[in-house]
Amino acid sequence: MADTASYPKPGTAYRPSRAGEYGRMLRKDFAKNKYIYALSLIGIAYYLIFKYVPMYGALIAFKNYVPSKGILESPWVGFKHFQDFFGSHYFWRILRNTLLINVYELIFAFPAPIILALLLNEVRRSSFKRMVQTITYLPHFVSLVVICGMLIDFSQKAGLLSTILAWFGVERQNLLLNPDLFRSLYIGSGIWQGIGWGSIIYLAALTSIDTQLYDAATVDGANRWKQMLHVTLPGIMPTIVILLILQIGGMMNVGFEKIILLYNSQTYETADVISSFVYRRGILEANYSYSTAVGLFNSLVNFALLLIANRISRKVNETSLW
Amino acid sequence: MTHRSIGDKLFDTCNYILLSGLMIVTLYPFLYVLFASLSTPSELVKHTGILWKPAGFYLEGYKLVLKNPMIAVGYKNTLFYVTAGTVLNVFFTALFAFVLSRRDLYWKKYMMMMIVFTMFFSGGLIPEYMLIKNLGLLDTRWSLIVPGLIATWNLIIMRTSFQSIPYELEEAAKMDGASDWTVFAKVILPLSVPLLAVMVLFYGVAHWNAWASALIYLRDRDLFPLQLVLREILIQNSTTETTNLSTASDPFLGEVVKYATIIVATVPILIVYPLIQRHFTKGVMIGALKG
Repeated sequence: MADTASYPKPGTAYRPSRAGEYGRMLRKDFAKNKYIYALSLIGIAYYLIFKYVPMYGALIAFKNYVPSKGILESPWVGFKHFQDFFGSHYFWRILRNTLLINVYELIFAFPAPIILALLLNEVRRSSFKRMVQTITYLPHFVSLVVICGMLIDFSQKAGLLSTILAWFGVERQNLLLNPDLFRSLYIGSGIWQGIGWGSIIYLAALTSIDTQLYDAATVDGANRWKQMLHVTLPGIMPTIVILLILQIGGMMNVGFEKIILLYNSQTYETADVISSFVYRRGILEANYSYSTAVGLFNSLVNFALLLIANRISRKVNETSLW
Repeated sequence: MTHRSIGDKLFDTCNYILLSGLMIVTLYPFLYVLFASLSTPSELVKHTGILWKPAGFYLEGYKLVLKNPMIAVGYKNTLFYVTAGTVLNVFFTALFAFVLSRRDLYWKKYMMMMIVFTMFFSGGLIPEYMLIKNLGLLDTRWSLIVPGLIATWNLIIMRTSFQSIPYELEEAAKMDGASDWTVFAKVILPLSVPLLAVMVLFYGVAHWNAWASALIYLRDRDLFPLQLVLREILIQNSTTETTNLSTASDPFLGEVVKYATIIVATVPILIVYPLIQRHFTKGVMIGALKG
């Protein structure tokens, strides 16, 4: 590896086998690279302060945080907040909502950009292809507030979406006040906004497929559909797997930004998720310790899911994040 | 021309129909908003469903939006957050990526591990809020800039790209007596202009669209970014309060004002979009292929 080129290879006389030698190497490194280390100070400080200090701050999940006493002086309460949370009737509601939204997203939203990329790949006329891409990327750039504002407006009783659904026999109503429809609207609008943008990464992966494979498939008598299934799809499989792992690693994260824009007290039953609950309890009601415990539970489950997904993937098809 | 079977033609036809449908579904909501914003309020309210053209013609809505002081304040603040934020973001991301791309740094591996770990695990919303509060950044403009100074994903993209710059160039510069800083400023940055442009766009659009951190960290309305103002108008439906509609003659004016607000707030991004789309795609591809 070029990274370690200027350091002694393992097994040579300089190999740091004792702490003293290790320290000497460190000192040498600092002396040699002191300006580089100086340049990195702000970056290191940024990560320590804004990423690692909050991890330390998460300690208050195990304490009864009193602002006047600070994090260190506040009394320990062990797992009390976790027990309170697991025992409350909110627990099952927000866990179910968080997981259901994610499962539906995996089933419906995750494959959508893949399908679009496959279809775009089959378009031979490049002007048409460019036009589809330009238009479908567009909603990604429009802010979430505007998108949700439009969605709320279209969902009114006389709104555009209600009218279109009425053609299919759905009773006219304010769609966003109906808890049964919340998840569909959340995921449907997500697909609408993200399908084009999401397809870019797969289109990038597609460019690296060897065109000879298509010629070979044609010789073997594969039609377009078969080629898509047996050449194109396997070609982008590693990309799909990596993105799937990341998606599973974020299973517990349903962005609170979109939820708090769209939900209302009438739809909490299906719309309230862990992150929106943490926001309400923590920021609006200032229950710091309790909501930190809820957030920490969320982060831990997420991290565990990521590790599991990565391990399974490495076993099954030798693609993994690390 | 290769031979096309009936199956192939059928496949192509279905494909074109599906993709055209997708384009219509994507585009029409924006057209609807445009038509509605130009409609006469009383006729718009009577109308339900599809709009093919503005119902009547009316510009009063736009006049009210442009006269709304909160929209002006929001625009001004967002302009500040986008410019100042993006400049600081790109500079410090590039600087740290430069450090992490050095090949002979002993600690680098551990630094990278510490950084990548933060992509998968975080302290959570509340500890972050408490940190900002304890640092005294609450209700200041810095609260929207400093906590997001370096986006880890962008840092990794830049680092990967810097690593692919031939090392000989830096060695030559160092032979001529250049310091590490000079190598960064005079060798690495000038060779990375396209990448820097992509980063400016990534960070710039993120600042333009950001609102959640403002919702959490800001109370002072004079500091609100545009998106937070939009939330009040579009989501919380407080058109009357922000535009003094009570004095206006038409009781349905609020509806039209809402649509006009969407247009006024979205036009800037629609104008720059055709110019930046290509660069953006390139940025995503760099991230995809090398990440």
